[in-house]
Amino acid sequence: MQVFLSQLMLGLVNGSFYAMLSLGLAVIFGLLGIVNFAHGALYMLGAYAAYIGLERFGINYWVALVVAPIVIGALGVVIERLFLRHLYKIDPIYGLLLTFGLALIAEGVLRYSFGVSGQTYEKPELLSGATDLGFMVLPDYRAWVVVASLVVCLGTWFLIERTRLGATLRAGTENPALVQAFGINVPLMVTLTYAGGAGLAALAGVLAAPVIQVTPLMGSSLIIIVFAVVVIGGMGSILGSIITGLALGLVEGLTKVFYPEASSIVVFVIMAIVLMVRPAGLFGKEA
Amino acid sequence: MFKLKSNLSACSLALAAVFATAPAHAQVSGDVIRIGFITDLSGLYADIDGPAGAEAIRMAVADAGGNVAGKKVEVLVADHQNKPDVAAAKAREWFDTQGVDMLVGGTNSGTNLAMAKVAQEKKRLFISIGAATSALTNEQCSPYTVHYAYDTTALAKGTGNAVVKAGGKTWFFLTADYAFGTQLQTDTTKVVEAAGGKVLGSVRHPLSASDFSSFLLQAQQSKAQILGLANAGGDTINSVKAANEFGITKTMKLAGLLMFINDVHSLGLKATQGMYLTDSWYWNRDAETRAWSRKFFEKFKRMPSSIQAGDYSATLQYLAAVKATGSDDSDKVLAQMKKTKINDVYAKGGWIRDDGTMVHDMYLMQVKSPDKSTEPWDYYNIVETFKGEAAWTTKSETKCATWK
Repeated sequence: MQVFLSQLMLGLVNGSFYAMLSLGLAVIFGLLGIVNFAHGALYMLGAYAAYIGLERFGINYWVALVVAPIVIGALGVVIERLFLRHLYKIDPIYGLLLTFGLALIAEGVLRYSFGVSGQTYEKPELLSGATDLGFMVLPDYRAWVVVASLVVCLGTWFLIERTRLGATLRAGTENPALVQAFGINVPLMVTLTYAGGAGLAALAGVLAAPVIQVTPLMGSSLIIIVFAVVVIGGMGSILGSIITGLALGLVEGLTKVFYPEASSIVVFVIMAIVLMVRPAGLFGKEA
Repeated sequence: MFKLKSNLSACSLALAAVFATAPAHAQVSGDVIRIGFITDLSGLYADIDGPAGAEAIRMAVADAGGNVAGKKVEVLVADHQNKPDVAAAKAREWFDTQGVDMLVGGTNSGTNLAMAKVAQEKKRLFISIGAATSALTNEQCSPYTVHYAYDTTALAKGTGNAVVKAGGKTWFFLTADYAFGTQLQTDTTKVVEAAGGKVLGSVRHPLSASDFSSFLLQAQQSKAQILGLANAGGDTINSVKAANEFGITKTMKLAGLLMFINDVHSLGLKATQGMYLTDSWYWNRDAETRAWSRKFFEKFKRMPSSIQAGDYSATLQYLAAVKATGSDDSDKVLAQMKKTKINDVYAKGGWIRDDGTMVHDMYLMQVKSPDKSTEPWDYYNIVETFKGEAAWTTKSETKCATWK
């Protein structure tokens, strides 16, 4: 029972990362129709922004949590204005290829400057302890990750699904011409949406930096799983991506106990089953 | 342009293909000595070998004078992307169309086993540096393979014995779920049990797993004293990190069965202090290794790994044999290499056995605590030296047909 509970807890931690990353992907796909393959790279860049900030400029973790997403969000603005803007009207495959290319470039540049073994980012003092939960000893930092990610995920969901701003955003993607006629700057809104998605990825990167080694390859090893999460949840479904992210983290955690060799493929097995039974995803609207 | 043998350095490349079969007077095919190097240049093993490994080979060529037996030496480099099929295809292409005389295999056991097969078929010399699997000189040994730096047997004998001797009787393995990991676990289990230790269990994790905490909790529940890490590179790094984070290092001691100095550098001494590891070479071993390493450091701003030093040494020894025989014929060169003791910055008194193993001393090292480290990259104390054949597979253990 102890084993069971502790593995569930760890699954929840990993699920939080999946949820945050797939959330950003879902927002970008839902509102822009872009399959953002650069998402893993943006996550990696977020972690590096925190690392470089600490090493070169003495920016501590808490400040990095705010600054790194802003910096990477600004990079998102550049990417959207320079490249993605021209691709909305053509086949989505071009957006996918372009963002994949950008991801490879970002990885290459960082690999060239930092190597592949990676860098260590120290945990903030405040969260370096551990709490005995009875069934396991949980490092405080991991608990913080779960809380932070839940707050961010629910906040984003609320913003897009329950506020006036979110309603305008959704309307803007549904019928840009009409919304523009109301005097709303739709292109700017789209740019900021992509920046927001990039910022979310970067935030996940900063949260992950103290837990895993910061390496140029950290994004590419995660992005495929995150895509599977989005597909299972239903492309573009925000709540779906959050719930699926957490749930798959739990499923993966349990697989690690009962059949560890399968833990890296269980997500894809589930994806295959979901695609057969419900091609639009668990929370997607049937087309 | 086609004036034979004049101004070789300028047109040797173009001529190589044309005259590959023409009898050259110094018995050097294509009038150029061509060394191929296939390794992971961009993936998870790129730091322990990679582009800096290629540079180590070029350093050896330069130290040999750039010309050997009056012929120019060329180095070709390719990335195998950790895919055995890519490595084998490149090796085949180089042997067939580029006139590569000797192939150096970088990191990754799978790719090296594939390259060894091609080299055997083409009857060209293959020197494997970065691969760990002992199969290269055991079940899958070949008369054209030299395994130069280390193997899973040596790692297991080194670290396994030392840890049991130091009181670590009960073990649990965290194992990378592929050929290399399982082989390392099997080899270490044999050593541990022979020394009177006991293996309580193991868990296999996928290669490049994203999170190790749940595997580590399983290890902790085994109540074993020693956690044996039968993995490598980023997987080892993340295992050690998580073990520290979850306080597992308080109840269990970690034994890194394959760790390189780059891994220790990346993790920092705080997380790795006290760990035992076995390696074939350490830059801070003596005055000679330090001098060579500082030269390397100037180029890359990091100290060489044992693999990079092995790249350098293997190339140097190969070129010396080419010089001695005046030929780049693989059979002649290899026979010469087997006759000669290897004495350079990498190995002292090493020799190549008939199973292809380059027999040399191995070192058991313990990672220093941060306050004992006097300069950057000063990370290890050499605890024990395994002399000569002590670390390697014995004749009674081997399944290699050419060494019976």
